[in-house]
Amino acid sequence: MTEALLRADGVTRRFGDFTAVDAVSMQLQRGEVVGLLGANGAGKTTLIRMLLGLLATTAGTVALLGGPPDRERRRRLGYVPQSLGLYRDLTVRENLSFGAQAYGARPPLLPPELARYADVLVGDLSLGVQRQAAFLVALAHTPEVLVLDEPTSGVDALARASLWDTIREEADRGVGVLVTTHYMEEAQECDRLLLLADGRLVAEGSEADIVGPTTAVAVHTDDWASAFAALNRAGVPVILAGRAIRVADTDSDELRSTLAAAGIDARLEPVRATIEERMLMLARGRAPA
Amino acid sequence: MTIALQSATVRFGAVVALDDVTIEVPPGSVVAVVGGDGAGKSTLLRAFVREVTLDRGSVQAPDKRQFGYLPAGPGCWAALSVRQNLDFVGGIYGLTGAALAARRAELLDRAGLSDAADRLAGQLSGGMRRKLAACMAMIHRPALLILDEPSTGVDPVSRIDLWRMVSEAAAAGAAVLMSTTYLDEAERAAHLAVLDAGRVLVQGSYDEVRAGFVGAVTRTERPVRAEWAWRRGRERHEYWPDADPPAGSTILEPDLEDIVIALSLVRRAGTVVSS
Repeated sequence: MTEALLRADGVTRRFGDFTAVDAVSMQLQRGEVVGLLGANGAGKTTLIRMLLGLLATTAGTVALLGGPPDRERRRRLGYVPQSLGLYRDLTVRENLSFGAQAYGARPPLLPPELARYADVLVGDLSLGVQRQAAFLVALAHTPEVLVLDEPTSGVDALARASLWDTIREEADRGVGVLVTTHYMEEAQECDRLLLLADGRLVAEGSEADIVGPTTAVAVHTDDWASAFAALNRAGVPVILAGRAIRVADTDSDELRSTLAAAGIDARLEPVRATIEERMLMLARGRAPA
Repeated sequence: MTIALQSATVRFGAVVALDDVTIEVPPGSVVAVVGGDGAGKSTLLRAFVREVTLDRGSVQAPDKRQFGYLPAGPGCWAALSVRQNLDFVGGIYGLTGAALAARRAELLDRAGLSDAADRLAGQLSGGMRRKLAACMAMIHRPALLILDEPSTGVDPVSRIDLWRMVSEAAAAGAAVLMSTTYLDEAERAAHLAVLDAGRVLVQGSYDEVRAGFVGAVTRTERPVRAEWAWRRGRERHEYWPDADPPAGSTILEPDLEDIVIALSLVRRAGTVVSS
């Protein structure tokens, strides 16, 4: 069996009384892209920090490249944190040069879209350009593992597509990629998904595995505003999708009578539930309305 | 009253941040402005609240007691509790006593923040903080609600709460103008405008945007022209502006993401040719 690039066995982390990560086991293999999903505060970043040896575990063990995540092993890792980890008062070129030297690598050539910003201070650049630079710094030493915490937050559709091209190219040459995202479309680009809720791993596998038993119904009506208001008042888990309304895990007959009581003419259609709807149901399980 | 920008142009030095933009925000509906970082979304929103001056064109919008504005950035005070943040802003708009208490309770309930009323804003998760900031922007039931990227970096569950708050404000009659980088949110809006480098690439309802899209998008494993192709999941999509893909191509129904990328490619191709 091939050795996992990243591995967690029953990993727990507590901060005082608060359990941020609760007995999580997972692994990342060569050449695969694994998406780590979960609400803000679900424990994604805490788990990542333990896997990379930046935070001690309270219980359980982690392994990076087959052993403890020490300095030597971290040299074979590329990590882009949410905060990007660039020096704002250095230029793009200086950041690349510094980053590469820290890993004993040659500074990478700047791609054309970054070359024009080579001598601009990172702090003066737009977020999208900063993200590209952070990515380049993380890749400069040809790492074997790539960990990306929300790499595409706030980036336009075209830049997102090209960033995923790079992620795929890296995976194709054998790099294992662990990526967190709040874009459910991006979740579909991963080979495998992990869903965290309240620090626990609650589902893993394909999108269908993550959605699990959650169901959804689309409510088609000409008067979306009234229908939405009526369903909201009734406390059902309602979501808007265009002018259509979607409701997760609710009995169709109950919906029909709620809508009829409000005098709303609507057609109901069972639809495939989404990851968002699963996450909504998990959140409501924790805090019932 | 009409709430609109007419032929608005804004320059910052040599940079044209908004280039001849016309957009209307009708009461009772949500208008979404989409585009990447640097597209001009914040400038457009700030023109409505008169934080930026137009070099050309005009703005029609209610005065500052009648709008609520959530700027990019935190939008709340980290050292104040959730309750204190709301009470402070409510006080500015003359809300006091029982009226303030009732409105505060209502907003906290809708945002799912009732249990967090006494926590410091600085201790909230990113999603909770953005929801608090949105509550603050709408506490006085403004006629015009302007939200600058309320959902960027916010998880899908909190985004649903945010969307619920926004659409309830619209359902109650407010004109809502919000910017977002999430195209699925824009699809939900009654009217959407796609911005790129200060210009409106396209605007209308999602149906109108789809109906007005010209050319063909194909699905392919090996694009014929790499510069007109992009990744979508495991496959590549390719755009044919003249709707002339090779025989045998798989033509698909483009969604908003395909449309936005195709239009951005056209815009960029045009920019290169004319420069």
